[in-house]
This record gives sequence, C-alpha cells and structure tokens, in this order.
Amino acid sequence: MQRQPDHLPLIKRLLLATALMFGFGFALVPLYDVFCDLTGINGKTSTMAATADKAVVDAKRTITIEFLARPNADMPWLFAPQTKKMTVHPGEIKLVYYEAQNPTAATMTGQAVPSVSPGQAALYFNKMECFCFNQQVLTAGQKLLMPLQFYVDPALPEHFSTITLSYTLYDMTKHAPAETVTAQVSTGGNDE
Amino acid sequence: MSTVTHDHDTAHHGEHHHHAPSGLKRWLYTTNHKDIGTLYLLFALTMFFIGGAMAMVIRAELFQPGLQLVQADFFNQMTTVHGLIMVFGAVMPAFTGLANWLIPMMIGAPDMALPRMNNWSFWILPFAFAILLASLFMEGGGPGFGWTFYAPLSTKYSGDSTALFVFSVHIMGISSIMGAINVIVTIFNLRAPGMTWMKMPLFVWTWLITAFLLIAVMPVLAGTVTMVLTDKYFGTSFFDAAGGGDPVLFQHIFWFFGHPEVYIMILPAFGIVSSIVPTFARKPLFGYASMVYATSSIALLSFLVWAHHMFTTGMPVFAELFFMYCTMLIAVPTGVKVFNWVATMWKGAMTFEVPMMFALAFIVLFTIGGFSGLMLAITPADFQYHDTYFVVAHFHYVLVTGAIFSIIAAAYYWLPKWTGHMYDETLGQWHFWCSLISVNMLFFPMHFVGLAGMPRRIPDYALQFADFNAFISIGGFAFGLSQLLFVWVLVKCIKGGEKATDQVWEGAEGLEWTLSSPPPYHSFTTPPEVK
Repeated sequence: MQRQPDHLPLIKRLLLATALMFGFGFALVPLYDVFCDLTGINGKTSTMAATADKAVVDAKRTITIEFLARPNADMPWLFAPQTKKMTVHPGEIKLVYYEAQNPTAATMTGQAVPSVSPGQAALYFNKMECFCFNQQVLTAGQKLLMPLQFYVDPALPEHFSTITLSYTLYDMTKHAPAETVTAQVSTGGNDE
Repeated sequence: MSTVTHDHDTAHHGEHHHHAPSGLKRWLYTTNHKDIGTLYLLFALTMFFIGGAMAMVIRAELFQPGLQLVQADFFNQMTTVHGLIMVFGAVMPAFTGLANWLIPMMIGAPDMALPRMNNWSFWILPFAFAILLASLFMEGGGPGFGWTFYAPLSTKYSGDSTALFVFSVHIMGISSIMGAINVIVTIFNLRAPGMTWMKMPLFVWTWLITAFLLIAVMPVLAGTVTMVLTDKYFGTSFFDAAGGGDPVLFQHIFWFFGHPEVYIMILPAFGIVSSIVPTFARKPLFGYASMVYATSSIALLSFLVWAHHMFTTGMPVFAELFFMYCTMLIAVPTGVKVFNWVATMWKGAMTFEVPMMFALAFIVLFTIGGFSGLMLAITPADFQYHDTYFVVAHFHYVLVTGAIFSIIAAAYYWLPKWTGHMYDETLGQWHFWCSLISVNMLFFPMHFVGLAGMPRRIPDYALQFADFNAFISIGGFAFGLSQLLFVWVLVKCIKGGEKATDQVWEGAEGLEWTLSSPPPYHSFTTPPEVK
C-alpha cells in the first residue's frame, strides 16, 4: 500500500466544526431570547415595569383585551382573573385584578408567567405594574388579590384588534429564595 | 487497472481463510471497509426488523378502534422507539454501510481514510441501541414522548428511561459524526489520480454533501438532548417557562437539526437512484452537473426551512410566509432531479431488473411524498394537516418508499458485486411487487384518514376511521411479511447462485465494476488511472 496522504489537518478542521456546531446549539438559546425580545415572536412580555410618560390616548381605536389564567398542572392554587374581557383605547391605563388562593395546608410560593397572543402584540402590551414581576408567597388558605396595571402602546399595528393575555401559575415552593417579598393584599403597593 | 492481491479474496460471510484473526474477532477488530460496510448493512437490516416489529404492534392495535392489545403508554413507547430505530438504526446505518462498501471502490481508494475510527464508529452503535431497547424493559417503560422528544413531554412528564434515551442518542450522534468525518477525509484525500470533483459518481457526491450536513447538525442534536438531560435532572430551565425558559425553543433547536436530518436520509438515496437509472436505461445520466448543484442547493436550503414543522406554534405571519416560501423553493432542485432521471430514461434501452424496479418505484412514490410535502408547506393548509395521519403518510412516502426503497434497490444492484453471485431474479420480482402493492395499501389511505382529521400518535380513534384503519393494517402486515422475502433473497445470494461477471450489469459504468465480483479483500492497492 502507498504512503497515505496526511489526513490530520482536515480531521482537525472537521473536529473543530463539530465542536463549533455543538456550541452553536447552545448559542441558539440566548440568540432566541434576543431575537424574541426584538420581534416579540414568542409572546413574552417585558419583565420590567413600563412607564406611561409617552402614552397618548388614541380614542378612535378600541382594542379588546382578553384575560386568561390557569395554574400549571402541578400547582394546587386557585387562580383566576376578576375581569375576563375589556375594551380599551390604545394609551389608556387600566387596572385589573387577579385572584389567587392557596387551598393547601402549607405555605407555598407561586410565580405567574405571562404570554401574549398574537405574539407580536407582546411588544406593545406594556405593564406598569404586575404581580408577575415577583414571586407570590401565600400561607395556608390565604387569598390574594393581585394587581395588573397596563396600557396598550398606540403604536400597535392596525391589524391587531384583540390581544389575549394568558398567565400560567407555577409552583416555585422548592425553588423559592427564602426572603421573597410577600405581596400584601393591596391595591397596587408592590412596585419594582 | 486493478492490481489484485490474490492471497485473500474472501470478504464474505461464513468463509474465513488464513488471514488475520478469525471468527468473531475478525469482525470485532476489522478495519477493512468491506467488512465494516457489511457489518453496518447487517446491523441496519436487524434494526429494520426490530423497528418493523414495533410498527406491527402499532398497526395491530390500530386494526380496530378501542384499546385491545396494548396500553396507551406502551403504544406511545412503540411509536417513539419505532421512529428512533428506523431513523438512527436502520436508514442512517444502511447508508453508512453503503458508503463504506462503495465510496472507496468508486473513487479508486484502497480503503476508507481512517480505518480504525471506522471500526469504532460501527462498534459503538450496537451499544447505543442495546441501551435504547433495554430501556423498554425498565420499570415505567421506555421513552414514550415521540421520536421528536418535545419538551416538556421529555423534560417534565417522562420516566427515568429518559437518561438512557439521552445517552443512546449521544452515542448514535458520535457514531454518525465519526462516519461523516471518515467519508469527507476519504473523498478529499484518497481519490484516484484523474478522479476530479466533477467526475465523481453521484453517490459519492451526495454522500459528501450528506457528511457535511451530519457534521453541521448532529452536534446540535447532541446539544438538544443534553439540554433535556440537564432540564430533567440538574435543574436547568432551557425549556421550562417557570424558570424563564421556553418550550417552543426546544422545537426550534430540535428542528434546526431535524430538517437537515431528513435530507441526510434522502440525499444518498438520490445518489443511488442516479447510479441505477443510467445502468438500466443504458444511457449516461442526464444533467450530471445540475444534479450536483441541485443536491448542494437542497442541502443549503435545508437550513432555512425548519420552522415549517412549527406553523401551529403561533409564529408571526411573516415568519410563516418566509418558511413556507423557502420550503416550496426546495421543490425546484428536487424537481430538477426527478426531471433528470426521467430524461435519462427517455429513449433509453430499458430493462426492468429488480434494482431498476425499486428505483422506478422510488421516483414515482418519492415524488408523491414530495407533493404531499408541498401541501404541508402551505401554511394555512398545514393548520388542518398538522399532527394528523396526513403527515404520517407524507413522511412514510419519503422515508419508506423513498429512503428504504433506495436502500433495497442498492442492495439488489450491488449484491452481485459484493457476493460474486447473482440474486434470484424471480424471488426479487416477487419481493418488489409484494412490497409495492402492500406499501401503498399501508400508506396511501393514511392521506385520506389524515385529511378527515384522524390525529397521529393516538392508540384509539373515532369509529368512522375503522374500515380504513383495518385496510391500512392489512397493508402493514403484508409489507412486513414481504420483507422476509428480501431476507430469503439475501441469504440465498450470499450462499451461492449464478456466478456474477465483473461488470454484472450490461450498462454499468464506474470503477467498482472494473473489480472482480466479489472484489478482492484489499482492492485498488495501486490507484487506478481515471481518464
């Protein structure tokens, strides 16, 4: 048999490509987040409180907002919006409440995760105050009224007439940091 | 041309002369591309029957509405493991086996470039599948979340077998990547003098492109299963919304691997059909260069279409349109290929031996699968078709009558070269016709039940689907039994039969047909001159 050509440089390059692609798989995670932040395609709303300084009410348009809430399958809490549906003008600031109750005999921590549909509308759904910014701790049997203050950005593209806001409530008792701020029954006391 | 070293020309099963280790050790330690090719092919055949047996369980359960034979959990495990075994255990190893056997003989190389790695990449495979299959016998059963292992099914609602699933996929991935590196290095460095890029047989071209796809996406799959593993066992939240992750992200990463993966399973098939059709039409392949460019463009486009699997996840309209148009664009190079095969046959002096029959069936039936793929690509229509039996019909047309038929065609086509014996043409024709009729009984009505709304992956169904499903199941059993004929033909051909000539087929062209049948254990130890 003849002397084989030197395969090593090519093998090294291919192994490097393999390693890079393995890394790329993980790089997709932050890339996806950035992409979603820019385009809002996955319906995630901002986790920061918005300010309403630039809001000008556009009384000519009305947008229907639908409120959904459900506890995750592993979450025993009762969780429901007080208002199921409302119409708003873009720029108009509204306050609604969600009710949560811990029916168990133990203190538990919950975290609500919002999702907006259609996804792109998430960029225009601004929450000035939301219980989803924090974890909630409820003692056995405790009931809590949780506020959500929001406005719809008047820049919302014309073809959106209905926005659905859905919350899923997760049991975070096992993961909760001990010093989590308890949201007191209130009418809007837990600012960021 | 081919200098033959005659001290051992026994590459074949059962016989072993005086060289090197004998018995089991010959196969365990072998670094010979022909031995490893044979191992891969036999492994793929075994897995084809194991995965097929699971399909039989699925069809038996679906023979009637209601739950008769198996529990829903076990049914889910069958659909999951059937998919995994057929994709990673049957189709991919069969193509790698063909690559091992054929690429060195087609480009005039003495062996694969990295023979020891070749041995390793084969021998880790049985362990991967032993782990996967063993998980079925665990308490709680094997993986039941579908071969696509969507989160949170695989992260939150799965059993302890998930860890075994993840490790077995890791091993399969390592094996595929090593195989791909080997193919690329062989093709880049070991072509015979004069074998320029544009003289390479199309099977070599398609495999080269496939190997690049494997290197690009198998690591991403490895990353995906790793994230599933850490989400499930180590408290990360890649796909868990409660922890700030996103389950839809799973689908993006998975299908970034998954769509190129389906081309990994079909590009070598294009190469096989491009070898067989010219032989039996006795004309050179029409549009060789356009075939190369079409294959390359399919490979590139395959990275831009992944989200067409996810139209119902609530993507914005512009993304849906983008993925819809990119997907439809793939029909263009694919159409070029089908056109070229038909043009090759045009005014050819055609004969219809078994390999040609399977290749012809491939062209017709794969095209049907391609068309149903186009229908699925239409975003608004996909909302109706999504997760129905229409999808099942589509991907079985491209994978069974596409990939598997091409592999069977390849086996018949090169079997006389490998064994030195002609296969039994009558039995082969029986195998073909039984397979052709039963496979269409099996998969064609799935289009109808799918359009009528029967969901996939569910062990029970509404009563109005009962007649169709009974018919489909009969087709399924018949198709499964027909493959026993294939084994019969293979065994008969390996054991003996009419002596094959070196060229085997009148119209066959290419370096492998200049070797003796069977080829010497070490072929092309002196590179041939390609003009």
